Amino acid sequence: MSVATLTPPDKGGGLLDVLHHRELLHLIVRKELKVRYRSSVLGLLWSYVKPAVQFVVFYFALGVFLGLNKQPNFVIYMFSGIILVNFFSEAFGQATRSIVANGALVKKIFLPRELFPVASIWVAIIHFLPQLLILLAACLFFGWAPSFVQLVGALGAFAMVTMLGLGLGLLFAAANVMFRDSENIVDLMLMMATWLSPVLYSWYLVRDTLGETFYFFYQLNPMTIAVELFHAAFWFPTDAVQRAPEGAPLPEHLISLWLPVGLLISAIFLVLGQTVFRRLEGRFAQEL
Amino acid sequence: MGNEAIVVENVSKRFNLRHTRSLKETVVWLFKGRRGDLSSTFMALDGVDLTVNSGESVALLGYNGSGKSTLLKLISGVMGSDSGSVRTRGKVAGLIEVGAGFHPDLTGRENVYLNGVILGMTEQETTERFDEIVEFSEIGKFIDTEVKFYSSGMFLRLAFSVAVHTRPDVFLIDEILSVGDEPFQKKCLARVQELRSSGTTLVVVSHDLDMVSRVCDRGVVLRQGQKIADGPIADAVRLLREN
Repeated sequence: MSVATLTPPDKGGGLLDVLHHRELLHLIVRKELKVRYRSSVLGLLWSYVKPAVQFVVFYFALGVFLGLNKQPNFVIYMFSGIILVNFFSEAFGQATRSIVANGALVKKIFLPRELFPVASIWVAIIHFLPQLLILLAACLFFGWAPSFVQLVGALGAFAMVTMLGLGLGLLFAAANVMFRDSENIVDLMLMMATWLSPVLYSWYLVRDTLGETFYFFYQLNPMTIAVELFHAAFWFPTDAVQRAPEGAPLPEHLISLWLPVGLLISAIFLVLGQTVFRRLEGRFAQEL
Repeated sequence: MGNEAIVVENVSKRFNLRHTRSLKETVVWLFKGRRGDLSSTFMALDGVDLTVNSGESVALLGYNGSGKSTLLKLISGVMGSDSGSVRTRGKVAGLIEVGAGFHPDLTGRENVYLNGVILGMTEQETTERFDEIVEFSEIGKFIDTEVKFYSSGMFLRLAFSVAVHTRPDVFLIDEILSVGDEPFQKKCLARVQELRSSGTTLVVVSHDLDMVSRVCDRGVVLRQGQKIADGPIADAVRLLREN
């Protein structure tokens, strides 16, 4: 027993510590899933009812009434963007709340606190995967023939959103302990997220309306890049889009330039989030 | 290599008592030229040294607000100190509060697993000790009922039972031996004694001087964040009773 050396109890390897607590992570994820839909009849189905209703509303309001439907396979275009933004909202929003929500534990028992935001991201992934399956089924129905590079792009987009969600989640989860205003700031940001990326409209509208300079900054948003990568992977290679007479323009250099740029920016947010989180975590117990 | 289980060196902890929790008030305060104090501070611990050897059982004693619980939280790692260092050896399980990790909407069984792993067991170990835990807690057939339907006594019994079955090297206990009815309290004490004789290092915070006299060999008395006595438990208890 005394083989172990004397170590500070709160020595933390940050996110790496989570790897040593996989069992606990697994249990926390299971708890989160169970607790979220306690005493509800539909249970986990609610996670699909909500995006489905949102989708139908958007489809009729924008697709049918505003005529965006004229674009080939607009359904795929919209759905591939929406599920990605939903994933981000779920991940970022829940991660932000995770520390305060698990205050009782954070205050009383020492655990790597990163476990809670990471568990939130995990839960978001669990919600995201079935939606992705629905997207894939729809794609196949519309004659989907993606190239390898396009699929790599989609994978990159997923990594991008995961890192961004976790990075921002860590940052705002720590801030939320100090100031509960953070939750509301995050809600505001998430409200804008759907509209700040070309989920419901086309990216070139931004460029044509506001000019190249603004478009450059617009394009720096990793969510924009991720949504475009999803369009390139799921919507672009479908049959009707390929045969569209006017062609369906994708942003230039999407894979060669914007994919690495997006990954880099997301990684920077992850490092920033982790740094701030670690700086503040020593104060969590007394501030909660 | 020494035999210490816990080494606390010159540790201080200052608390900021913030008077506001909203960004708005902070911003207003900044714009007003930082007039008035947004927070005041007090020293919860002020240069405390403590070394606990492996296998010792130590009571942290003192009146309310003397810094006992803060010291325990620093040892468990829940809180970081402002200055000084805290080091521990082996697996430390802190029972800062019974049932801290329990979730009311999960069943007793799910909570045993969640809490067992939180307190440092593996899932495998929890499974092995599951029957023992349930038996000790006397929860019986209610184990698959959601914890929110438990009486407070049942809740505490199950939580305590999980904690004492985690077999840590260092066991931190904060005012929890007053759990449940008298027979159960006796059972808890017996269990703690068992841990003690099997070589577990114990650090106990309690106001129950009779109880700590039985469980601990050594008493450390804190007053206003400073250590004022450290010696055999009988001396520490006497000192506290005289004041």
